Amino acid sequence: MTALPPGAIDCDVHPTVPGLSALLPHMEDHWRDMVAQRGVHELHSISYPDPSPLTARPDWRGSDGRAATDVEKLRAQALDRFGTGVAICNCLYGVQLLYSEDMAAAYARAVNDWIAREWLDREPRLRASIVVPVQNAELAVQEIERCAADPRFVQVLLLVMGEIPLGRRQHWPIYAAAERHGLPIGIHAGSSYRHPTTPVGWPTYYTEDYVGQAQAFQQQLASLICEGVFAKFPGLRVVLLESGVSWLPAFLWRLDKYWRGLRMEIPWVNRPPSEIVRDQVRLTLQPLDAPPKPEQLQRLLEHLESDRLLLFSTDYPHWQFDGPDVLPDGLSADLAQKILVDNPLATYPRLSESSLTKGVS
Amino acid sequence: MNVDVLSRPAASRPAASRLAIADGDIHPARKKPSDIYPYLEKRWQTHLETFGLRFRHGFQYGPAYPKGQPLACRRDATPPGGGKPGCDLDFLRAQLLDAHNVQLGILNPLSPSGQGFQDTEFSIAFCRAVNDWQVAEWTSREPRLKASVVVPYEDGPAAAAEIDRRAGDKNFAQVLLLSRTAEPLGNRRYWPIYEAAVRAGLPVGVHAFGYGGSAISAGGWPSFYIEEMNGHAQCSQALLTSMVIEGVFERFPDLRLVLIESGFAWLPPLAWRLDKHFLRLRAETPHLRRLPSEYIRDQVWLTTQPVEEPTTRSQLLDSIEWIGWDRLIFATDYPHWDFDDPAHVLPLPIPEARRRAFFFDNAAALYGMAG
Repeated sequence: MTALPPGAIDCDVHPTVPGLSALLPHMEDHWRDMVAQRGVHELHSISYPDPSPLTARPDWRGSDGRAATDVEKLRAQALDRFGTGVAICNCLYGVQLLYSEDMAAAYARAVNDWIAREWLDREPRLRASIVVPVQNAELAVQEIERCAADPRFVQVLLLVMGEIPLGRRQHWPIYAAAERHGLPIGIHAGSSYRHPTTPVGWPTYYTEDYVGQAQAFQQQLASLICEGVFAKFPGLRVVLLESGVSWLPAFLWRLDKYWRGLRMEIPWVNRPPSEIVRDQVRLTLQPLDAPPKPEQLQRLLEHLESDRLLLFSTDYPHWQFDGPDVLPDGLSADLAQKILVDNPLATYPRLSESSLTKGVS
Repeated sequence: MNVDVLSRPAASRPAASRLAIADGDIHPARKKPSDIYPYLEKRWQTHLETFGLRFRHGFQYGPAYPKGQPLACRRDATPPGGGKPGCDLDFLRAQLLDAHNVQLGILNPLSPSGQGFQDTEFSIAFCRAVNDWQVAEWTSREPRLKASVVVPYEDGPAAAAEIDRRAGDKNFAQVLLLSRTAEPLGNRRYWPIYEAAVRAGLPVGVHAFGYGGSAISAGGWPSFYIEEMNGHAQCSQALLTSMVIEGVFERFPDLRLVLIESGFAWLPPLAWRLDKHFLRLRAETPHLRRLPSEYIRDQVWLTTQPVEEPTTRSQLLDSIEWIGWDRLIFATDYPHWDFDDPAHVLPLPIPEARRRAFFFDNAAALYGMAG
């Protein structure tokens, strides 16, 4: 593999909450007391079972079998290893799975403060997404407002499968706040498990669950488009994180066609979905789900009809590639530069130079 | 927009329409609900008149999402004598079979077919009636048409029994399921269906739609019909994933699956994704002995309508190359509003052999009508 150019921006790394005890110092008294009194368990989502091969690359696991539990590991294994200039932390602790809105808000605050103190304060190359209690838009907006004061928070993080589709108007205050603060909405693989993880019922195997994430992304992207989120918030950027990439062209061919036939139902969508996506939606690279042959990959990249869509990611510590082979073969130098640096900079306003120096102590 | 396709001048029809056409998705209807009574036991007629039809959605009449057109049909498809589009064989002959030179048409009854009823006993009885109706009123009167065995798929053994009843009857060309089942179609409760289909030598068609009860997005119920329509592609991706990973194709190597009306261009990316993550998570599925893409390449067919329409039209040909020109079955979806016309469906000129495969030979081979 060729060395990554300097300043590569890794848009999806996952700090692991080592345990609930790590969050306790960042919790209000009531919620800290409740952890002890109720015996609250670890909120690790079944989207990434701890022992599953995909959850962490073997060479990135510690002696306890877990990975990315502290900043030193991430620094050595991801930042230094790949020569990364900036990496965006997307913490996947199961806050979004909780049924109590207030409890979710308390845990979101704890996670965000833990990220700021234990990760961002300790490593200047790190940025983070704001974990929000998506269960209640008002509380989510409060958390965005609280964290947005710190310019190292560069994005709002949602899971792809929640209680209601992401385009629904109940979520719009979150999008308004994100747009106001120059924060893209990052939608990550995962579910709050309010519904079966496929539209035809609960699968049997984890393999199905993970493969099925791509279908959830297709449907949530359709929801955001059809409900008019992109028309209502023209400054909003949406980044699909760990979504897979190769499904996008066929999805857009179908949705464009149905839009031509059914646009009377959604008159606020006044241009083809594919155009909206090219202007306002981005996708992280890993897992690429690439075809087996390089010439097929070239065709697939052509089918995307834009070299601005893809953002570099390692998905560290998830096991998506071996060794240093984070980029697929056959990318032109020009496209690699766009994916690694230019596209992330264009997507995340808070990664620009002025923001990088402002307020980071 | 609605167009009276019969009023187009005949001279405008390009050569494609003079090819023999096989149509993998035709929807026959009944003029009025009681037209099924000659085939339905009196007990169930009374039941229908007392309790109506109950699916896993909230409306007594019509679908969960109002369609884009009345009954989702072409406005020019209402027969001269009235009734639902698709209810009149003579008009269907004129508007579809003769007009487009359809020499083989597969009937996929939907309205209603007995599939997806909440009451399993009623579903069993109604499916049987619809199968008898297809033979009596359609295939016995029109040799170009072949029926599908509709089955009460939520009850695997009962569905298998219905397939066994029809096995060897040349009026039937496939077994028909709907895509939105109570559980993903790889689940073992459905395996008796696959076993019986293989025993009968019939492909299993899975048509988009249905009433399984799960939200059509795994993130909840969308607001719009366009999302439901688009979502049928994801439902088929999910059910195919389930069938591959659960080992249906491994267990039944002679099973042939036809995915109907859910698009096709999504298939290669799904196969790539399946292979990648299957290999990473290999330890979970030791019952699989081949790559997911290999099962798919050997055992899966897709009908074409509604054909995806990329802006750069040649890109669709890339997708077809990746799937295989021998795996697509042309379909019109007559009499539905998003009908594909064989004269206009392919984005670019293609070689004659491929056109013949796409428009007829693949279907003839799959459905055992070749030569």
